Amino acid sequence: MTRISLTVDGVRYDDDVEARTLLVHHLRERLGKVGTVVGCDTSNCGACTVLMSDADGTLVGVKSCAVLAVQTDGRTVLTIEGLAGPDNTLHPVQRAFHERHALQCGFCTPGMIMAAVDLLQDNPDPTDAEIREGLEGNLCRCTGYQNIVRAVRDAAEALRTAGTSASPAPPTVEAGEAGTPDAGLPPEQVPDEAVPQPVP
Amino acid sequence: MTLTAEVGAPRRRKEDARLITGRTMWTENITLPGMLHLAILRSPLAHARITRIDTSAARQQPGVVAAFTGRDVADIQGSLPTAWPVTADLVMPDHPPLAVDEVRHTGEAVAVVAARDRATALDALAAIEVDYEPLPVVLGLEAALAEGADLVHADKGTNRAYDWVLDSGQAGSGGAVDEAFAGAEVVIERRYVQQRLIPAFMEPRSVVVDPTGDQYTIWSATQVPHILRFLISAVTGTPEHKVRVVAPDVGGGFGGKLQVTPEEFIAFAVARKLGKPVKYTESRSDSLLSAHHGRDMIQDIAVAARRDGTVLGLRVQLYANMGAYLGLVGPGVPLLGAFMYGGIYKFPAYRFACTGVFTNTTLTDAYRGAGRPEATYALERIMDELAVELDLDPIELRRRNWIGKEEFPFTTSAGLTYDSGDYAAATDRAMTLLGYDELRREQAARRAANDPVQLGIGVSTYTEMCGLAPSRVLGSLRYGAGGWESASIRMLPTGKVEVVTGTSPHGQGHETAWSQIVADQLGVPFDDIEVLHGDTRTAYKGMDTYGSRSLAVGGIALYNACQKVVEKARPVAAKLLEADPADVEFADGRYRVRGTPDGGKTLADCALAVFAAHDLPEGMEPTLDADAVYDPVNFSFPHGTHLCAAEVDTQTGRVTIRSYVAVDDVGKVINPLIVEGQVHGGVVQGIAQALFEEAVYDADGNLLTGTFVDYTPPSAADLPDLVTDRTESPAPGHPLGAKGVGEAGTIAATPAVVNAVVDALRPYGVNDVPMPCTPERVWQAIQTGGRP
Repeated sequence: MTRISLTVDGVRYDDDVEARTLLVHHLRERLGKVGTVVGCDTSNCGACTVLMSDADGTLVGVKSCAVLAVQTDGRTVLTIEGLAGPDNTLHPVQRAFHERHALQCGFCTPGMIMAAVDLLQDNPDPTDAEIREGLEGNLCRCTGYQNIVRAVRDAAEALRTAGTSASPAPPTVEAGEAGTPDAGLPPEQVPDEAVPQPVP
Repeated sequence: MTLTAEVGAPRRRKEDARLITGRTMWTENITLPGMLHLAILRSPLAHARITRIDTSAARQQPGVVAAFTGRDVADIQGSLPTAWPVTADLVMPDHPPLAVDEVRHTGEAVAVVAARDRATALDALAAIEVDYEPLPVVLGLEAALAEGADLVHADKGTNRAYDWVLDSGQAGSGGAVDEAFAGAEVVIERRYVQQRLIPAFMEPRSVVVDPTGDQYTIWSATQVPHILRFLISAVTGTPEHKVRVVAPDVGGGFGGKLQVTPEEFIAFAVARKLGKPVKYTESRSDSLLSAHHGRDMIQDIAVAARRDGTVLGLRVQLYANMGAYLGLVGPGVPLLGAFMYGGIYKFPAYRFACTGVFTNTTLTDAYRGAGRPEATYALERIMDELAVELDLDPIELRRRNWIGKEEFPFTTSAGLTYDSGDYAAATDRAMTLLGYDELRREQAARRAANDPVQLGIGVSTYTEMCGLAPSRVLGSLRYGAGGWESASIRMLPTGKVEVVTGTSPHGQGHETAWSQIVADQLGVPFDDIEVLHGDTRTAYKGMDTYGSRSLAVGGIALYNACQKVVEKARPVAAKLLEADPADVEFADGRYRVRGTPDGGKTLADCALAVFAAHDLPEGMEPTLDADAVYDPVNFSFPHGTHLCAAEVDTQTGRVTIRSYVAVDDVGKVINPLIVEGQVHGGVVQGIAQALFEEAVYDADGNLLTGTFVDYTPPSAADLPDLVTDRTESPAPGHPLGAKGVGEAGTIAATPAVVNAVVDALRPYGVNDVPMPCTPERVWQAIQTGGRP
């Protein structure tokens, strides 16, 4: 057992972990951060993607099934549960996924959203092809990816318009409490041109 | 507010709030006090006798509570049934959840360990000793049927599970097929192979069984909680009222979770033995190995026609790989295709024969479309072959044979009555969107220039049967259950509404779409409606979600329940309005006295009055709640035209989809965003069969595609943008005109893509490329000019 100190979604956790324990299992089974999920056992599907601080403290996307918990001592991890801002304000990527119907069953969604945030941190103005390439490590079986590409494109534009980076704000404990059954989502935006209409 | 405010609007989904913030209730997220974690030991051999199995060392490991073999639970585990014994003499082998004496496919469960945590349970598997005596492995449909073949089930004496025939001449639904072929000017015969696929839902299957309390509670990542409850009870003898099943958030299914699984029964048996809650969650590798597979058929198809292109007859001999056992609806999957081989064309004579075959492989069962993609593929491929033979444009050939808009309702030689459609409108629209004529010109130019990158245009004009299913029809096909669906409306005193549905969504957005329907019918705000599903304690009656049935059948139950609520509240409103109920009308969410546009009472007003119950109409029960169960009288028949333009690099064999157009007619649409999403996902699964995916066994029956490294669902980078559009032929049998959309894209896309690939390679003498059309196979086809 090795003692690690890991900050997840704004809370510091000190735990003894087995050397073999994967970060994703530590998150889910010890810390109860079950918003991050396991979709495969070969690091192909990306469902477990989270952001983790590198040596410089910058948050970068990692597949949490490909990181050992013992490697995270002193690091900061941001999961899907900590991505929304204070008062449950959705991150622009979360909002765009909702607006563009970029999820169906939603199982790949936590990883897909975190990978998209990571992508937009690196490339604030990606082409569709760059979005597709950038999300190649995240599998979705429901959507055919088209609405995911649209959502990431929208989020990029929203971030550029607002003049902000995709990098999420550091979460606070209180922010997590806003995610309750009656919190709902912000009001809908006006339906747009992308909505398909039948031929008259 | 008007009555059509919600239905038809691109409502963003209610479900998203929890899914995009990580507050989802997956089965694997459930943790209970004292819960034990299960790990399952699986057979490394495809066919073997278990001569010795010893779990004692595993049971000694710290943290391990128990370990069981099939023999240990033989008295309580039961045998997994099929619900669809398609013939009276179907060969139905025993299927113990934990193998007892013999294993018949790699990955079959042979022992289970219960431990205090997941890792300990997994570790203990290595300490279980099993001696296997290998038996001959039966693989391949033709080998399994050959004279003197080794047997998957020695006690059954055959690998032939069943033979099933549909003959229009004998059934009286059409002409005699032999006469049609004898009188034909052209006969085309082809063999197509539907490779084995794996549904590969993103959420691995997971089950939690809690035996504490007065009921067993089973949480499962399933599409069919109601069927699971019934079968757990029927198979294990546990009284049905002592079993509660919950399908919480379920991460995709595509038919792959339309199953009652060994793992569910194993977990149930262990929980019963130990009296403790248990959880089993499969790994992806276990899932690919042992969750049911799909397709895996050989199709011998022949079409008879006149030289003007008029089709005269269709003959299909199908061989369907059942795997080692019969799945929940596995034997019936070919039957769902049997009725659809004629597609949208007027075949006067039709004969279909199918043989179900046992092999030492994972069992096959429903995968998105279930029988209909296979049928549509073979038909649309051979129609292209006929077009080439007759030197006709493939669309022109289809025009000469399809059912005209004015001919509906149309009864086919397979005996189905198609409800409505406009094949010409969808095709014309698709051709415009693709730029069909222009692409044909470019194709000709590339052919003339001997361009190493050739262009192909693939056509797929499909129809399908949705809305499974009229119970009478299911009965005539020997299916074990009905096809009705149920819905309940509960009016809460504050005017909020709980909707209970018997459907069990796992990505389809029922919570949103059902809210839209109810909002319109009851005149309550979309946000005031909660849709409850997937828990047999609240939604005790239902037939679950598969076969594009939820809206097509469940939507009518929901609509009918709403009408009942409106009628129940009418006398209450009349009392509040001090009017005669006959003078009270309900529109735009308000009861008003006829001729007085102002004021009125809402359903919420009535709900509160009924809650108080102080002054109800004489004899009225104090409730507005209503239930409805609907059994459909017919299927619904969506259709569409999908066109694919593919570039094929003849030097490398690489296929690139340049453009893809899908024009679907799914009747009236409740939510166009959801419909478009279903089409996107469906088309991509169809493209995946055409180009990317195949489950492969080696000669010993080892699955070579047991991880996402080898079994390769496409990523975003592998796929094109799709152009989608719709035409609308309302379903005459549905009060909202809806038909169903869940499987359409998958049914349409595979032949569109392969037809494009083959079309590109016609100048090279190629008339088929086996699926998936990988660069190697395409290149090989070019080298041999289509000759094997």
